[in-house]
Amino acid sequence: MSLGSQFASLYNGATLELSSVPVLSMESFHEAILQGTARDWRVSALFAAPGGKGYRLWAVLAADDDALLHVSSADVEGDSFPSLTPDCPQVHLFEREVFEQHGLRPVGHPWLKPVRFQPPLRAGSEVKPPRIGTFEPYRVEGEEIHEVAVGPVHAGVIEPGHFRFQCHGEQVFHLEIMLGYQHRGVERALVGGPGKRSIHYAETLAGDTTVGHATAYCQILEALSGARVPARALAIRGIALELERLANHTGDLGALAGDVAFLPTAAFCGRLRGDWLNLTAQICGSRFGRGLVRPGGVGLDIDAPRAESMLERATAALKDVSSAANLLWSTPSVMARFEDTGTVQRKDAEALGLVGVAARACGVSRDVRHDFPAGIWQFSHVPVSTWQAGDVFSRAYVRWLEIQRSVEFMREQVDSLPSGPSRVECPPTVPGRLAVSLVEGWRGEVCHVAATGPDGRFAFYKVVDPSFHNWTGLAMALRNQQISDFPLCNKSFNLSYCGHDL
Amino acid sequence: MLRLLLARLQQGHRTIGFPAVEPTLPDRFRGAPTLDPTKCPDGCNECVAACPTDALVVDGKGLGLDMGKCLFCIECASACPTGAVAFGPGYSLATRTREDLVVRGQVDRRAAALDEKMRSLFGRSLKLRQVSAAGCNACEADVNVLNTVVFDLGRFGIQFVASPRHADGLLITGPVSENMREALLKTYEAVPDPKIVIAVGACAISGGPYAGHPEQHDGAARFVPVDMYIPGCPPHPITILDGLLRLLGRIDEGKR
Repeated sequence: MSLGSQFASLYNGATLELSSVPVLSMESFHEAILQGTARDWRVSALFAAPGGKGYRLWAVLAADDDALLHVSSADVEGDSFPSLTPDCPQVHLFEREVFEQHGLRPVGHPWLKPVRFQPPLRAGSEVKPPRIGTFEPYRVEGEEIHEVAVGPVHAGVIEPGHFRFQCHGEQVFHLEIMLGYQHRGVERALVGGPGKRSIHYAETLAGDTTVGHATAYCQILEALSGARVPARALAIRGIALELERLANHTGDLGALAGDVAFLPTAAFCGRLRGDWLNLTAQICGSRFGRGLVRPGGVGLDIDAPRAESMLERATAALKDVSSAANLLWSTPSVMARFEDTGTVQRKDAEALGLVGVAARACGVSRDVRHDFPAGIWQFSHVPVSTWQAGDVFSRAYVRWLEIQRSVEFMREQVDSLPSGPSRVECPPTVPGRLAVSLVEGWRGEVCHVAATGPDGRFAFYKVVDPSFHNWTGLAMALRNQQISDFPLCNKSFNLSYCGHDL
Repeated sequence: MLRLLLARLQQGHRTIGFPAVEPTLPDRFRGAPTLDPTKCPDGCNECVAACPTDALVVDGKGLGLDMGKCLFCIECASACPTGAVAFGPGYSLATRTREDLVVRGQVDRRAAALDEKMRSLFGRSLKLRQVSAAGCNACEADVNVLNTVVFDLGRFGIQFVASPRHADGLLITGPVSENMREALLKTYEAVPDPKIVIAVGACAISGGPYAGHPEQHDGAARFVPVDMYIPGCPPHPITILDGLLRLLGRIDEGKR
């Protein structure tokens, strides 16, 4: 059977008839996913939604080589389906999520635990989630084995999550990460939209990725309504997305320096992160880009004097970030702590479907801006920055490479903004359509999938933050490390709790 | 070593002079709301209808804006046909009571300092434990930024500490998810008396964009007594710092 008949395919930010997506038998559905992943397609999203006679599973596979997104579906018979995880590890958390949200059991799943301890979404379900934090962790046994529990409330100004380490002396055999403390029902609330709050839900899915998630949401809405976003708006969204990347990457380099007690770069980058945020605020008044990305375009324009001052400020900031970052690479005590710490093997990164900086630091060339260009990325290109070693140093260095590329891109765009309007009206969403939207947020691939019902409202809305893929990568990075290296490894991933917990 | 010193020289001195020197805020900054009900056309309801969080009310007292619910998204100002609702550059927005967050006309009830006894305890040294209870990490990030050289929170004797047992109070962000409720309460109990609570951001005050969701509890006040409310989505770091300094009596209540 050819793969073509088992998937409906579309480009990033495009839409197709919901009824054109094949509904396969569960067996063929699994077979199709396995054939796809064997060709290096990635599972960007896998989820269940009411459909058919009960529930339908949906899969979105991303084919990095031809820029296509392949969508397929299958009806779940009864309350269970055979688990695909043993053959395809990258779906492990998706299947756990399907079980938690809808009570559909993936039979044969090797690690069927709660994802975010959320109440079931299934109408009429009386099942209560287990009390958060009550779970049977994977245990290593032996005389000198001890267990360390950390969180949910952590020592710094940081979001909550629970970490359980299985240790032998200082050595970590295994780290288990339990999340869900930030669950506030935002993905559930998106269903039935679009409404007044939808864009604000998108902007707060992960506050540090406001532009990334808001862009992903707007691309969905624009696809479903057939709005043509003006080029000027696409450029401004691109500028904002890169500023978001610059702020977070710069902040992360500073925080990594802080975690190895190298205070100069920690102090410099703390300030410089703010300089990038303030550049975003110069466009829209908000340091996080709130109010900037809006359906049909952008809420605020960049006028000529603003553009000029932005260019000046970006040049000055890059100069200072360069000096701060280069101190890291030229300081042996920093490099000794960064190199060979928290290594993720490339084969593990690929098997787990890691995305973003974490994947690129393992030599996996994966970047939505390059692989699935939508918006401004159709017209302007950014080279993919990779490094090979998969350790803390690689994740830090990829950030530094990207900082340089982002500034270059941003300057280019600010300097040559297309003329014309910066926003158009978004017509009402068309009933019975499906849209997929990917954005390369600063952490990695932000994926939104939505479909409209007969009334034109969202019949389902799926959000996959890059952190959803990558938390398991952090657990892998800790294997056989010293427990004292946890903060450093954690910061080198810097994943989102609220983006995962939704 | 030489390289380090040169870098240090290049980076320069970056700590702002606030509160002695006025901060520089972007020209599009959306701060203190001002309402002018005299401009409202008869029967107009545009701003109320546009607000995503029901922050605007028209009641017996006329038009009011609840900063505790407001996301400062300016949907209302854009919808208003006459410019009766606007957001100005004012950054001093913190209040001591929930009611004071409701603006009629303009922001005029600024936060008073703690009483003398509390100030004698915390005035020159305030240790806070931050608890994120389902915040989106924007409030958290702009609280954290106070620790950078730009704001240098330490110079005011204010510090975020790693254990509630070392703290004089909590700074809470997020709407308090059901999944964080117990952890928040336990953290609060672990702080020795007397203690204070500061709620930062629309979520911690009212649930923000998540208000009404069954997965959360519409803010911290349901569980712990709140001594200061700092509105915004997220509040600007200067707004947070201004609030903290007012609480400690380091900025006069009468100022601005």
